[in-house]
Amino acid sequence: MRRYVFRRFIVAVPSLLIASLIVFTLPRLIPGDVVQLMFEEKSYAKDIEEMRAKLGLDRPIAVQYVEWLGRVVRGDLGESLWTRQSVVDELGRRLPVTALLGFEALAVAILIGVSIGIIAAVRQDGPLDFVARSAAILGLSIPAFVMAIVIILLPAIWWGWSPVSTFVRFSDDPAAYARQFALPATILGIASAAAIMRLTRGMLLEVLRQDYVRTAWAKGLRERTVVLKHSLKNAVIPVVTVLGLQVAQIAGGAVIVETIFGIPGMGQFLVEAILQRDYPVIQGINLLIVMIIVATNLAVDLTYALLDPRIRY
Amino acid sequence: MAKAVDTIPVSRAATPALRVSPTAVRVLRQAWRKPLGAIGAVIVVVLVLLAVFADQIAPYPYDHAISGARMKPPSAQFWMGTDNLARDIWSRVVYGARISVTVGFATVALVTLLATLVGVSSAYVGGVYDIAVQRVVDAWMSFPALVIILSMLAALGPGLLNLILALGILGAAGTSRVIRGATLAALQHPYVEAARALGSGHARIVMRHVLPNVMATIIILATVALGTVILAESALSFLGFGVPPPYPSWGGMLSGSGRSFMYHAPWMALCPGAAISLAVFGFNMLGDALRDLLDPRLRGGSGRMRA
Repeated sequence: MRRYVFRRFIVAVPSLLIASLIVFTLPRLIPGDVVQLMFEEKSYAKDIEEMRAKLGLDRPIAVQYVEWLGRVVRGDLGESLWTRQSVVDELGRRLPVTALLGFEALAVAILIGVSIGIIAAVRQDGPLDFVARSAAILGLSIPAFVMAIVIILLPAIWWGWSPVSTFVRFSDDPAAYARQFALPATILGIASAAAIMRLTRGMLLEVLRQDYVRTAWAKGLRERTVVLKHSLKNAVIPVVTVLGLQVAQIAGGAVIVETIFGIPGMGQFLVEAILQRDYPVIQGINLLIVMIIVATNLAVDLTYALLDPRIRY
Repeated sequence: MAKAVDTIPVSRAATPALRVSPTAVRVLRQAWRKPLGAIGAVIVVVLVLLAVFADQIAPYPYDHAISGARMKPPSAQFWMGTDNLARDIWSRVVYGARISVTVGFATVALVTLLATLVGVSSAYVGGVYDIAVQRVVDAWMSFPALVIILSMLAALGPGLLNLILALGILGAAGTSRVIRGATLAALQHPYVEAARALGSGHARIVMRHVLPNVMATIIILATVALGTVILAESALSFLGFGVPPPYPSWGGMLSGSGRSFMYHAPWMALCPGAAISLAVFGFNMLGDALRDLLDPRLRGGSGRMRA
């Protein structure tokens, strides 16, 4: 087990390094005339040379990369071209917002996904199963922004009710702060819930056909015990693995949901930075997100090994 | 259900006169067994027809302001109502299908080409090359799709071609992983070894023996990818990184004016929203059904409404 943990860490390192290289290279793909354009449009600098220097484009690429990496390791992501504020500080302010939104979304996804998955599996091919599976397909087909607009719009048309759009700060009212994420988090979590539901159902169906489950039935145990105690434990192990994928999914979805609901998190920050071609900010956000996702995948793999004693490394 | 079954063979088997070919019978039977897949196929066919014949189908040009018809609710004259610039929304939805279909198919073509090149070569060459390539694929796959595409568009600038490029490069990473797996499996077959023993060159082995075996996987991946790409395109257009106005794209119609006027004219937001959802649903269903039919090993589950 310890050797596995070690090896898993080692494998994560090259992925992170290559990812950092991608994060670093993306702004370097900008054609020269765009530098000119940025200089003229955004007045980020005094002259074109300073503009190039600001983007770090004035020296050999390899040197730039090593220097940049050195600063990143020391926790310095540079400053925004637009606001002149430290990227790390701004990320520190925005990460908790997106993290809370993401956690609530994940909670919604697991709660809905696993419970409906269980019901659908136990009542396989029944009307409930059919409804659940159709809903899952719908949940996967309707994009988050369409769902968000429909959910905001319909109550407004029918009852003249619309959600409050001002953002409550944590320092003003902690309870209201957490509550305002409920609707965006639900919308964000629905697509993940659909994926989790399908997997839970499929896994549970497989486990329910195993011999030890038949033995449990034969012993005369109640359905609740057989399904929730004996079967579910083995069925949800693969579900843990997809949670890693769902974190990536939710991080991407947060970009859209934050834009729609005006939540000042990382997603909104990214969209603003991209519209303003604010490269240090874009690099910073990308790097942070990649690190979070690589860490999540690492955690998922390790949890997987811990949860399932049949897996020995 | 019966309607869906009727429609499929018409579109597929119209070529060989009136004689019912065995293929048509097979398609009919599959459509009956996979009703959701059949519905998906109908949606996809309708979508492609809308895109191709937009000029004939749309009652108005997409940027034509109809005098005295600002924000009119849906009616016999304007099926989906009109928007804040007095343009017919149904016409704009029809033209919007062009963007979705173009981006969808062009991206998937690019994804398939890149992913096949990378996946097959990675598996066939193996060794250090394989390890190196796979680490790069890992790195690409560890970005959330939307985040990395947005960042690429920041470098490339918005626009249709760049959108296709960004979506294509990203999609290729994940797809190449699956194709690599399928290629590795195909390489295990004794006839590959036999071909090598007979002195076939690498090109011949890959083209004649490996690729035909990987084809089913490639086709399935491409169909499934179409839905994902159309969804991604609409999300990016929604955020303002798609085709520039006034040309309509479904995602773009939902953002900006679609959203600011939605309380007064809900049809401005609901109609393009429904179009996106229906299109993605159609491609997902068709993809799932094809996957079940062509390759039982990749069987997922959503398509099997009749388990």
